[in-house]
Amino acid sequence: MEATDRYRAGVLKYAQMGYWDADYVPKDTDILALFRITPQEGVDPQEAAAAVAGESSTATWTVVWTDRLTAADVYRAKAYRVEPVPGSEDQFFAYIAYDIDLFEPGSIANLTASIIGNVFGFKPLKALRLEDMRFPVAYVKTFEGPPTGIVVERERLDKFGRPLLGATTKPKLGLSGRNYGRVVYEALTGGLDFTKDDENINSQPFMHWRDRFLFVMEAVNRASAASGEVKGHYLNVTGATMEDIYERAEFAKELGSVVIMIDLVIGYSAIQSISKWARRNDMLLHLHRAGASTYTRQKSHGISFRVIAKWMRLAGVDHIHAGTVVGKLEGDPNTVQGFYNILREPLNQIDLERGLHFEQDWAGLRKVMPVASGGIHAGQMHQLLHYLGEDVILQFGGGTIGHPDGIQAGATANRVALEAMILARNEGRDIWNEGPAILADAARGCSPLKAALLTWGEVTFDYASTDTADVVPTPTPA
Amino acid sequence: MKITQGTFSFLPDLTDEQIGAQIEYCLEEGWAVSIEHTDDAHPRNTYWEMVGQPMFDLRDAAGVMSEVASARATFPEEYIKVNAFDATRGFETVRLSFIVNRPSVEPGFGLIRQDAAGRSIRYTIHSYATDRPPGERYS
Repeated sequence: MEATDRYRAGVLKYAQMGYWDADYVPKDTDILALFRITPQEGVDPQEAAAAVAGESSTATWTVVWTDRLTAADVYRAKAYRVEPVPGSEDQFFAYIAYDIDLFEPGSIANLTASIIGNVFGFKPLKALRLEDMRFPVAYVKTFEGPPTGIVVERERLDKFGRPLLGATTKPKLGLSGRNYGRVVYEALTGGLDFTKDDENINSQPFMHWRDRFLFVMEAVNRASAASGEVKGHYLNVTGATMEDIYERAEFAKELGSVVIMIDLVIGYSAIQSISKWARRNDMLLHLHRAGASTYTRQKSHGISFRVIAKWMRLAGVDHIHAGTVVGKLEGDPNTVQGFYNILREPLNQIDLERGLHFEQDWAGLRKVMPVASGGIHAGQMHQLLHYLGEDVILQFGGGTIGHPDGIQAGATANRVALEAMILARNEGRDIWNEGPAILADAARGCSPLKAALLTWGEVTFDYASTDTADVVPTPTPA
Repeated sequence: MKITQGTFSFLPDLTDEQIGAQIEYCLEEGWAVSIEHTDDAHPRNTYWEMVGQPMFDLRDAAGVMSEVASARATFPEEYIKVNAFDATRGFETVRLSFIVNRPSVEPGFGLIRQDAAGRSIRYTIHSYATDRPPGERYS
C-alpha cells in the first residue's frame, strides 16, 4: 500500500495497517507470543490475529499520522502465522513477533502491560488466551532470575537425592501463634524439611504476624536441633504495602529464617522487588500462586500457567506451586510436566505434547523448584516421583496433619515412604508398577506409614482436566 | 538421638548390599563417588573430612565398597557418608548423599537461646560432641 493511502485519516483493517505479515521471519532477538484466538462470527482469523498484534503493540483503532514520526514498521508487532487449533471449530493459534525494543529491560510489569494489556477485552474477539511465549537470550539476560535456585538451595539445606517434603499448617485460619508453632514443631520434628504459611495467613486478629514469626522460629530451631537437619518454615511476608512486606522480610531475616514466602497477588513489581531483597539477603523465596487459577484454568480465555511459570522464572522466585497431577487441583500430566520443564530445564525444546510451542534458552538463569501441593498423600509416592521427578517439593498438608496418630506420625510416614521409594528406584525397581508393594514393605517397619496407607491408600481425585495439550500423539500402527 | 541428615536416614541402616546398589546407580549415572567422615555432624558443618579424593575414574561399585569398609575400619566411631557428584552443566553439585556409618552413641545437639530485643531470641545449635577436643569424642 502506498504511504499516502496507508496514512489517510480513517479506519483500516489491522492487517492492512501492517500487523499481518505472512512472509515475516522472526528474528532471534524477537519476543514471540502464541495466542489462542476465538474470533467473533464473521471475523477473519488473520484479521483477528493482526488485531491482537496491533492492540498489544503500537496500534489504535484508527489511522494516526504520528506513526510517520517513528520507525513504525519496526515497532509494529507482526502476526506471521495463523492455524486452526487441532480438534476445534472456532479457535485459532496466532503467532506474533515483537521487536525486543518494545520492552523495558528486566521489567515483567512492562512486558505484561503490552502482551496482556488492552487486548484481552477487544470486542472482535470472543475470547483470547496467551498460550506460550519465547524470550530471546538478549532479553532473558536483563533479568536476574531466582535468587537462590535449585542447586544452591540444596547445597544450603544439605539435602540431596530426593524431593523435599513440606506441609501447610492447618487449619489455614484461626490458630493462635503459640498453637500454630506447635503444628510446625510436630511436622518438622517428624521428618519434614519445610512447613508453610498458607496464602491467606498474613496478620489477622487471631494471630498477628510478629507473634507467628516468633513462635514458628522457636519450633524450627527446636526441630533442627532434634534432627541435626536444616529446617525451614515459609514465613508469608505478604502485606498491604511494599513497606509492610519489607518490614516482615527483615524480621524473618533477623530471626534467622532460611526462607520467606509471598503470594502471586502482590503483583509483578512487588515480586521483583522482594526477589532483589531475597538475593541481597541470601533468602529462599517461596511463591504461592494465589489467584492464578482465575485466569489459567479455562482453555478459551486467559493465560496459560506455562506463561506465568516463564514470567516467574524471569522475575526471580525460588519455589512456585506448579501442580501435582494426582492431587485435588487441576492438572493434566503432560501439561503439568510442561510447567515443570519450564522451571527446571536449562533449555526447553519444542514439545507440543506438553504444550511447549517454542524452544526457550534460559541462558544460565537459575532453576525454580516446583512445588506440588494439594490433596496428595503417602500412598501416591510412586506416582508423584514418576510424574514429577526428584527436584520438587512435595507438600502434604492434610496428608501430614490429618494422620490418625498425630502430626509427627504423619510427617514420618511421608518421609519413610519417600526414602523407601527413592531407594527402590535407584536399585532399578519398576516403581510405577511395584510402588504399592514397596510402600507396603516399608510400612512393615513403620507403623505411621501403615496407618497412613490404611487411612488414605485408596483416595484419588479422578476428574477430567480442563487445561490439556491440544496436540496429542497419534499411535502409529506397527 | 539419631541424626537424620542424608537421603536414607529414616530407613533402617542400609545393608552393604543396599549401599552397593546405590553406588552402582550413581556410577551408572556417571557421577563421581566420594567418602567423607566427621565427629561433628552439626547441620551447618559443611566440610566433613575427605577420605581421599572423589573417585572420578573408579567405575566399579565393589571398589567403592572396599573404600567404605576401610573408612569404617579407620573411623568406626564417626559419621561416614557417601556422596555422588555430578559434573553436568546445570548441576555441578552433589546428587546423592547418605550416611553409611554412625558412632555407637550419637550425642546430638543442644539449643542455646539468647534473649534479644523485644521477644526475639537468637538461637545457636550446639554440638555436644564438640565439648571435647577432636580425637576424644565418642570414646
